Amino acid sequence: MTEPRLIEISPVTRVEGHGKVTIHLDRDNNVEEARLHIVEFRGFERFIRGRLLWEVPVIVQRLCGICPVSHHLAAAKAMDQIVGVDVLPPTAEKMRRLMHYGQVMQSHVLHFFHLSAPDLLFGFDAPAARRNIFEVLKENPELGRRAVMMRKFGQDVIEATAGKKIHGTGAIPGGINRNLPIATRDRFLTQIDEMQDWAQDALKLARDYTLDHADLVKSFGAFPSSHMSLVREMDGALDLYHGVMRAIDAQGESIINGLNYNDYHTVLTEDVRSWSYMKFPFIQALGPVDGWYRVGPLSRMNTAAFIDTPLANLAHKELRNATGGLPNHTTLTTHWARMIEVLHCVEKIRELLNDDDLQGSDLVAKGDRRHEGVGVIEAPRGNLIHHYKVDENDQVTFCNLIVSTTHNNEGMNRAVKDVAVKHLSGQEKITEGMLNHIEVAIRAYDPCLSCATHALGQMPLQVELFDANGGLLDTAAQSA
Amino acid sequence: MSLPRALLIGYGNPGRGDDGLGPAFAQRIADKKLPGLSVEIDFQLMADHSLTISQHDLVIFVDATVACDDPFIFTELTDVTPQNLGSHSVTPEAAMALSRLLFQTTPRAFVLGIAGDHVGEIEEGLSATALISLSLAEDFFVTWYKNCHGTKAQWIEDRH
Repeated sequence: MTEPRLIEISPVTRVEGHGKVTIHLDRDNNVEEARLHIVEFRGFERFIRGRLLWEVPVIVQRLCGICPVSHHLAAAKAMDQIVGVDVLPPTAEKMRRLMHYGQVMQSHVLHFFHLSAPDLLFGFDAPAARRNIFEVLKENPELGRRAVMMRKFGQDVIEATAGKKIHGTGAIPGGINRNLPIATRDRFLTQIDEMQDWAQDALKLARDYTLDHADLVKSFGAFPSSHMSLVREMDGALDLYHGVMRAIDAQGESIINGLNYNDYHTVLTEDVRSWSYMKFPFIQALGPVDGWYRVGPLSRMNTAAFIDTPLANLAHKELRNATGGLPNHTTLTTHWARMIEVLHCVEKIRELLNDDDLQGSDLVAKGDRRHEGVGVIEAPRGNLIHHYKVDENDQVTFCNLIVSTTHNNEGMNRAVKDVAVKHLSGQEKITEGMLNHIEVAIRAYDPCLSCATHALGQMPLQVELFDANGGLLDTAAQSA
Repeated sequence: MSLPRALLIGYGNPGRGDDGLGPAFAQRIADKKLPGLSVEIDFQLMADHSLTISQHDLVIFVDATVACDDPFIFTELTDVTPQNLGSHSVTPEAAMALSRLLFQTTPRAFVLGIAGDHVGEIEEGLSATALISLSLAEDFFVTWYKNCHGTKAQWIEDRH
């Protein structure tokens, strides 16, 4: 019998932001508690107060350098309501959708190929020196080239629709400030077949990994939970840009269905815990203990009735069939879900490029001024809520943001605990490979800790090991 | 005379105080329209910068720094050993390594770090310290670029 210990993983590597994991071991080396801590603090919601409504969709992009488009669009949707616009002109909505699909596609590609591929291809226990993207590329440089070219395609779509790669100004309250020139459309159309082929190859890679490692997938960070996302209002289809709120429980039964997202605050409450700066949202009807839920690609596969693009829909059916049509709760299946969404985005981009509305000239709608607006979007990492109040001088007086990583806070903590119990309990010696198992679980959620905490984006994760008396016994910190 | 294809990438978040030094510097240089120099401005380095890097002969990375006592530091990147790759944390070395690995090209590269003292704060605008550093770095760089900017053949010879 040894002294009780506490392990901290600090900082977490290959995730967006800065986090720390602490693991408490008892005298028999069994995991008593494992938590993901956020070590930064919130501040953006206060920072935005006093800003003029028209500049909000631009400023909020500074929340995060990874998914600025998601914040741009969520804020623009909220400001649409404040300028009294509930329905955008078709050109405006389709340009925004094009921008969003480009963003989701390029974000997912980066995550899968560059951040997660080393774990999936070499194994979670592989030596740290081998478990990185450069080792993957040495064996398969074509994989890396495709990832870069797909990223570039998505970035080019963003630039064409938002005006700039960073601090885009495309979406404005009530509409959009540009359409898509035919020459630009044609340039994208020459690339779209290749993008679709590559997306299908990536999907196969993720699908095969999930099915070939079924035992690992079923036992790694797998636990029942509720799931929440937007779905299309008329038929429950996957819709990344707009829809109504839907939440299901672990058995797939409806908890929230068809809710206008303006009323999100009537069903969601944000709880706080003394050990984390990040809030813990929960569904009010179920209470703070049972009301937690997950969001993101896997949750969207669980909540969506179907996908309205043919190839992604086939893949969605196969994923759903893997669990007999019941919700899939296995963390590692998120990679498969993510690649289905990449294919869906490519299919939607093709659909939009062939739509003449993108060359329309009716770009902005007007309405009667309101003082409050909510914008919700399905960002790459999951549901993203922006809520603002604006005074008669057009200045923001209130801002509340619930970002995807905050929605997933409890889920990530459960995943950390699940993996720690299964892989660290009873072990005399904690190896780097064991600790990486925990990081793999966190990375599957693709958390943006910087965004969630609204602070400087520092990458790494720390792990610290403490004894039962609170003494620090070991620390593992990995550079990004 | 065949000019080398030069690329300056200024990166950082202008919404995080002095972290915006890279973009501010890049914008100033872009406004000068120096011959042969393309300028990119981004929140951060990303893996896909490797493609753009591979299409140039000379690359200058410009970022904010808190790790020096001088107003700026300017060093040549001589070691592009592959490192681990994040996304918020793609380093110039990692971007260069990707360029070499994926596109078989390793341009000559320099890093310009400009000193600030309010990096990471949620605020717009640069601090007084950063503004001084920015001007000094700008003067240095313009002179350096004009003096060193020889022919493409010279660059390739120098590299070896």
